[in-house]
Amino acid sequence: MVSAANLPAAAERTRVAVIAIAPRRGQVWRRLVHNQLAVAGALMLSAVILAAIFAPQLAPLDPLEMNPTHLLEAPSQSHWLGTDEFGRDILSRVIWGARISLYVGGIAVTIAVGAGVSLGLVSGYYGGLLDELIARVLDVVFAFPSILLALGIVGALGPGLTNTMLAIGIVYTPVYARLTRGTTLSIRQREFVAAATLSGANDLRILRRHILPNVAAPLIVQTSLSLSLAILAEASLSFLGLGTQPPDPSWGTMVNTGQRLIELSPWPVVFPGLAIIVAVLGFNLLGDGIRDAFDPRLAA
Amino acid sequence: MIRYIARRTLLVVPVLIGLSFVVFLMLRLIPGDVVDVILGSEGSASPERLAELRKIFGLDQPLPQQYVAWLASLLSGDFGRSIRTSRPILPDVLARLPVTYQLAAMAMVVSLVLAVPLGVVSSVKRSTGVDACVRVLGLLGLSIPNFWLASMLILLVSQHFRGALPTYGYVSPDQDLLGSFRSLLLPAFALAAANMAILMRMTRSSMLEVLRQEYVLTARAKGLVERLVLYRHALRNALIPVVTVAGVQVGYLLGGAVIIEQIFALPGLGTLVLNGISQRDYPVVQAGMLFIAASFVLVNLAVDVLYAYLDPKIHYG
Repeated sequence: MVSAANLPAAAERTRVAVIAIAPRRGQVWRRLVHNQLAVAGALMLSAVILAAIFAPQLAPLDPLEMNPTHLLEAPSQSHWLGTDEFGRDILSRVIWGARISLYVGGIAVTIAVGAGVSLGLVSGYYGGLLDELIARVLDVVFAFPSILLALGIVGALGPGLTNTMLAIGIVYTPVYARLTRGTTLSIRQREFVAAATLSGANDLRILRRHILPNVAAPLIVQTSLSLSLAILAEASLSFLGLGTQPPDPSWGTMVNTGQRLIELSPWPVVFPGLAIIVAVLGFNLLGDGIRDAFDPRLAA
Repeated sequence: MIRYIARRTLLVVPVLIGLSFVVFLMLRLIPGDVVDVILGSEGSASPERLAELRKIFGLDQPLPQQYVAWLASLLSGDFGRSIRTSRPILPDVLARLPVTYQLAAMAMVVSLVLAVPLGVVSSVKRSTGVDACVRVLGLLGLSIPNFWLASMLILLVSQHFRGALPTYGYVSPDQDLLGSFRSLLLPAFALAAANMAILMRMTRSSMLEVLRQEYVLTARAKGLVERLVLYRHALRNALIPVVTVAGVQVGYLLGGAVIIEQIFALPGLGTLVLNGISQRDYPVVQAGMLFIAASFVLVNLAVDVLYAYLDPKIHYG
């Protein structure tokens, strides 16, 4: 039966790669490094990751230091990306913003992977009533537009970094659960699982040693795509004033505060936005590249 | 066919009940409860007043009973009153619903109008410069935050095309049809970008798949003009998965509308929910979320039913 209930709730979340045959590792790697777009994505991500790690060393100024004599300046020698409405250096804030963005995105996706993969393994391996129950709960989570659900959760729990990570993690859990469940179902039928069962391995060992490694390929691809979505979600929530709280330099928050004065100076909005695009595009390119490398038949 | 539609419709009921349960639980997630929120502004209240208010809101009842009572009142059309204004919520929601629907619908039309031709061109001119441009456009569309694009569009129009298009506010179609259309054009475009990118990628890969099929070869072999091969044979089949994804994407558009409405000061459901969150007016937030999510579920139902009519390949029993 084809039904929307069987489809992931938004095509942003439908970019799920189902990879049937696991190719050899060296082959995947070779295809990946020969894919120019994937390499470009990896380079963009490296820049963002380096900025996040070395923010204290790279940022020319304190991202929180205000300077009332240099408000809303255009890019110049002393402030490469200009200054914001408090005279803070935009370049320094964008660099520190990478840290918040990757941190929130990383933790949120870790929550989603942890919860989703566990649910999916249990659901696909044991089946039956438990499977049915988990599927129905996930249907409901899927029935919410993702940003709306995250908004509702943060709205109820209260704004802030921790609740934002939790909300984004919950929203992206079902996609991992479904992905893992589907793959688990097909692998459970394979001979090597029967062999492991016959040789006396317990369920936990079978799940960990035999099923999980086979779920890994699609999970890696999905994780790259989810990170791009999680970064966008954090930026959106912060833009709405519900995520990272000022004065912390989150890209979304910067666009939000800058947007009110955009007619006076566009720079406080332009640069954080470009930073978001670089980070998100990087994960998208890399995700597409890894998927194509695992399964070249999907490559265009 | 009718059996399929009936069964598909019945399947929606548990999802809707689940939605209402999640939205109900959300109110219980807040630190303290609604009464604390209301009294937060009044300062301290006597324990009697607290108990009295909790009784009014039914908070002295066990959770399952609270839920059943709440659901029963929803079904009778009573969505409660705003904590802040004491006005009944339902009329406000119903007044704002059309704005959000119109925005999402216009964004969908904008995306499809751009995505399908670009996707087709990209697939036909595969591995050429045109294809590369379209693919880069698609990747960019996926990566640009809609709120940033909206800010940039506002900036562009206000600096260089002042007065060409309104950059904030909403005109109802009852007052001025064209004006209403114009008032939502920029917001719809900002909302459409990511959706367009997804549909374009889908059209492209679906077309590539279809062009490989034997019936396309047959059509070409019998000497059919290429244009007819593409549009009559290839595109019609290639569009089936695109339509499915478009239906699913309505959810993204309804969710994104929350952000876009805020930027363009549109009086839709999204701004209602956001105002509700910032004023901690939780019954309003609940009602807004419920309507947005339920709309999404019903749109998916409609797409599935439409599907059953359109696609003769799938047998529905």
